[in-house]
Amino acid sequence: MTKVTLKNIVKKYGNLEVVHSINIDIAHNEFIVLVGPSGCGKSTTLRMVAGLEDITSGEIKIGDRVVNDLAPRDRNISMIFQNYALYPHMSVRENLGFGLKIAKHTEAVITERVDEAAEMLGLNELLERRPAELSGGQRQRVAMGRAIVRNPDVFLFDEPLSNLDAKLRVQMRTEIKKLHKRVKNTIIYVTHDQVEAMTLADRIVIMRDGFIEQIGTPLDVFNFPTNVFVASFIGSPPMNLIEATVDIKAGQRGNLLFPEDIVIPVPERLKNAVKHGQKVVVGIRADDLTPVNHGIDDASEKADLNLTVHISEPLGTETILFCSIGEQEIQCKMLNPYPVAADEKMKFKLAIDKIHLFDHASGNNLLGSLNG
Amino acid sequence: MTTISLKFSSAIQSKKSMPYLLILPAIIVILGVVLVPLLFSFYTSFTPFKLTKPDSLFVFIGFKNYIRIFSDMAFWEAFGRTVLFLAVVINLEFLLGLGIALMINKITHGQRVLRTIMMFPMMFSPILVGFQFKFIFNDNIGILNNALQSLGVTDQAIAWLVDRWLAFGAISFAEIWMSTSIFAILLLAGLFSMPQEPLEAAQVDGCNSWQIFKHITLPFIMPFAFIAMTIRSLDVARAYDIVDVMTGGGPAGRTELLWTMIARTGFDNANMGRANAMAYVSIILSILFTYYFFRKIIAARKAMGGDA
Ligand SMILES: Nc1ncnc2c1ncn2[C@@H]1O[C@H](COP(=O)(O)OP(=O)(O)OP(=O)(O)O)[C@@H](O)[C@H]1O
Ligand SMILES: [Mg+2]
Repeated sequence: MTKVTLKNIVKKYGNLEVVHSINIDIAHNEFIVLVGPSGCGKSTTLRMVAGLEDITSGEIKIGDRVVNDLAPRDRNISMIFQNYALYPHMSVRENLGFGLKIAKHTEAVITERVDEAAEMLGLNELLERRPAELSGGQRQRVAMGRAIVRNPDVFLFDEPLSNLDAKLRVQMRTEIKKLHKRVKNTIIYVTHDQVEAMTLADRIVIMRDGFIEQIGTPLDVFNFPTNVFVASFIGSPPMNLIEATVDIKAGQRGNLLFPEDIVIPVPERLKNAVKHGQKVVVGIRADDLTPVNHGIDDASEKADLNLTVHISEPLGTETILFCSIGEQEIQCKMLNPYPVAADEKMKFKLAIDKIHLFDHASGNNLLGSLNG
Repeated sequence: MTTISLKFSSAIQSKKSMPYLLILPAIIVILGVVLVPLLFSFYTSFTPFKLTKPDSLFVFIGFKNYIRIFSDMAFWEAFGRTVLFLAVVINLEFLLGLGIALMINKITHGQRVLRTIMMFPMMFSPILVGFQFKFIFNDNIGILNNALQSLGVTDQAIAWLVDRWLAFGAISFAEIWMSTSIFAILLLAGLFSMPQEPLEAAQVDGCNSWQIFKHITLPFIMPFAFIAMTIRSLDVARAYDIVDVMTGGGPAGRTELLWTMIARTGFDNANMGRANAMAYVSIILSILFTYYFFRKIIAARKAMGGDA
């Protein structure tokens, strides 16, 4: 059983604190993804788990062992680096077997495990080549193979796919997911790409500026973002965030007043969370604001909006429409699209029940976070 | 006249000949200062040429000079001593330079200052370095003997520059003192250019510091070491100044190296023809060393995934 526990982890470089007392509990076999914008401390956190970076304070446990003071080699982990970090002077076979050789396994064991990993990753043909003679995708696979053969307790990935082209990235993403299904080890995976996070993770840890903003399953963080940051970070296109004022007349359900005199009723599930005159940020996903007859029609409550389309971005099955409410640019999604002319005026339907409300000052979800 | 100028101008215009025309001045200079003296000296190695007897330049004696030196035990001794000197000096400089480079690479504060200090020995003229060590190792007034005697390590004067092997050691010491920083600086450059991720990957892969050094760091900096070895092998093979100042090749030829012997033969004994013959043998030695280290560089670079 390999749980990984980070307790009150702080990291300082000199006087600069870059990770602020974070807590993460990772279950056995869990695929956890750390995601966040550049410089938020994901790599630093991962490297502290690996032992490549000292921990300023706090406690990291792998399994039941506190590993704070253990060297990387004693933690039984494997790490896969963004730039692959293969050993340039060794063949693929030697790269794969290096860790086993250092651990003094016999030639027979090394050969067997290397061949097995090579088989799994489709590297059989490449075993005698040097890293310089491989493509980016092949190098990435070698790096994964090198991690697999040692059968570690925990796999650590630091943006392993960011140097690959878009198509290969999708392909490798699937391979990593398959790998996890097969080897069933605990995985901590760092990326700044929310799509990667959503598709791979059992749970996502969203970080910003050295703080954890939210931890949850992909659907949790998508459906119940704790604050505007998570809301705008997760999902593509990003959630539209529009300022509005709450207007409640006595005994009525209340309305959200937008710029341009747009008025939308407060959703039923949120009516107890707001009070009259409160300034809020309204979060609307592009999927929930669709042209009439060009969106998903379910039974939920709808509001009508008339908006002017400034730009349209056709993607095939759908088109992203750029409109604006007041000063705020917003994106809407059009299914079964037809070619939309610039500055075309269109009628939209808004799924009222799907909108999110955030406090204007703090940015926090007015429903509070899902996990308390 | 017209046809010549026509030919000339058409030659200028022809695209093919243009580059050759442009490097012609350089070629002429090189011919003048390198090739002609080279051929001339090569020729003199087949004559009994003495600077004091200009006429001897025109007496051709075939391979006599070469036969003479190849059958001379003193020459072979100097030859062997030169090779040994090369081997000892280059290996020790490599080890010391590697140690210094590794240490300086670890230092975070004052690295620049140390790097500069490290280069100091190279800033002195080899002649002066020779004098410095001559006085350090002098058996009567040298500070080394003085120190040893004051400390009670020995009660007699050790003849550092007289005994065959002690003198060899003293000269090697001076040479190493002066030039280890070439290794240090090139190896340091290698360490600086080393990617950090393979080192971290090796840590995670289970290596301790020594294993990382042996399996990752050393292979990476070996090309740099071979470059330093090439430079130094050329340098050391022509060692003359330090030896000449410290022992003059003596006493009784006990510290004679190829070039001190060549200089004595050519200038003191005025036997330029034979000296040139020796010089050509020495040059072949240098070429062999250079060739050997170049092969090593290419192999090491190939091993690092470069294309040589
Ligand atoms: N050695 C260091 N000294 C000082 N500050 C550092 C050091 N390494 C990282 N930092 C700082 O720590 C913060 C977090 O860095 P980290 O590398 O963890 O970011 P990241 O989330 O991995 O970003 P990216 O997506 O760009 O890789 C950054 O602000 C960075 O400037
Ligand atoms: Mg990073």
